[in-house]
Amino acid sequence: MTIQERLAGIISEKLGVEPAEVIPEARFIEDLGADSLDIVELIMDLEDEFDLEIPDEEAEKLTTVGEAIKYIESQ
Amino acid sequence: MGRRVVITGMGAITPLGNDVENTWKNLLQGKSGVDRITRFDPEGFSTTIGAEVKDFDPSRYIDRREAKRLDLFVQYGLDAAYQAWEMAGLDKNNPDPTTVGVLVGSGIGGLATLEEQHRNYLEKGSRRISPFFVPMMIGNMAAGNISIHLGLKGPVTSVVSACATGTDAIGGAFRSIAWGDADVMVTGGTEASITPMGLGGFCSARALSTRNNDPQKASRPFDAERDGFVIAEGAGIVILESLERAMERGAPILAEIKGYGSVGDAYHQVQPDPQGDGGARAMARAIKDAGWDPAEVDYINAHGTSTEYNDRLETGAIKRVCGDQAYKMVINSSKSMMGHLLGAAGAVELIATVKALQEGQVHPTINLTNPDPDCDLDYVPEGARKVEIQKALTNSLGFGGHNATLALEKWTE
Repeated sequence: MTIQERLAGIISEKLGVEPAEVIPEARFIEDLGADSLDIVELIMDLEDEFDLEIPDEEAEKLTTVGEAIKYIESQ
Repeated sequence: MGRRVVITGMGAITPLGNDVENTWKNLLQGKSGVDRITRFDPEGFSTTIGAEVKDFDPSRYIDRREAKRLDLFVQYGLDAAYQAWEMAGLDKNNPDPTTVGVLVGSGIGGLATLEEQHRNYLEKGSRRISPFFVPMMIGNMAAGNISIHLGLKGPVTSVVSACATGTDAIGGAFRSIAWGDADVMVTGGTEASITPMGLGGFCSARALSTRNNDPQKASRPFDAERDGFVIAEGAGIVILESLERAMERGAPILAEIKGYGSVGDAYHQVQPDPQGDGGARAMARAIKDAGWDPAEVDYINAHGTSTEYNDRLETGAIKRVCGDQAYKMVINSSKSMMGHLLGAAGAVELIATVKALQEGQVHPTINLTNPDPDCDLDYVPEGARKVEIQKALTNSLGFGGHNATLALEKWTE
């Protein structure tokens, strides 16, 4: 599975959206309907799934699916 | 004297049914909702039985994604609130939201959420505590979420008085309307604490029946062989409305709330006053508030927990307050069938009281086969009974020495 596919699984489950909506351009808040608490929990799930530790100052910069993919790839 | 207050809608999630009609039907038939606990494996606990809600489907009113961020006690409360709102016809009435408030409590709050997140903390560390932990757990969140869902912007608060929570919530809402803070109130109690810690805590306090081999006989209020209460869960929510507003819009009026009494024991954390003084004063205050004479009370839906202390002391309190009338009225315990819904108990028992006033029949107290000699009143042990009732009380007492009574009168056009 690609990173995007893994992300799509987690995000669609968490936010109740279709996996097909989880495209790189999708913004977590505006397009996928997340609120600030959802994003905190999403970051936790990403840390578990990809075995990472994402510092808060980095997490704040991740506003789209594409940015999250890029961040995960860079680790 | 404030404005008159009537009940115009009711909703329930109980071990006997996920709405008012099924709950009432099963109460009349004397069915028990008690069985072995299935929510988790209760093996090793001194009590392994409880009265669980069955086949609850939150998706009736809550979408799947949202349900995951609401503790079960909030889901029960929301569902019952929607039921009551619809029964009152308020979904089609569009009241001014600033005139409608919410007063819904929970005795314990989101215990399952607390346990799950504490497990996360122990196993994975502090960074894995969910950001939803606090808003899912805190006991006011049934009130908060009902306000959000129904768009209600009047006074929105919560009350916590253990097993008297539901009754104190409805009493407070009654005052809010009587005093003019709101025209309509969504009010009641909700509870979902059949969890390892909830069960274990009550087991350690020696509060629960251990009749594990005969669950449906375990809750036996006023019986000589009673040995504790049965833990239960669910929600009861009612719509209160000023009489004037209800008449204006042609709302269905189910009963009138006439009085409320709430007092403290100032005695012990978990034991009632040894003379039942608090329970007696709560009833006396509610009767006085209603403008009744104690000899006019036809029916009391008792707290009737099936504990050694409660049933004897509550019986004595009824006799002291009502005198000879104590022997002429009918008394029953919904807990004989539903178990003890803790913070929701007072609300679902108020609903049973309203149904009794409306239909002129009371449900039985089941399992009362060998009455305690100190419990010598008419608890309707033989089965549901037709009896004309005009004036009724419903009692709730709680850990902490809380005693609350509501006085209800039959509504006739």
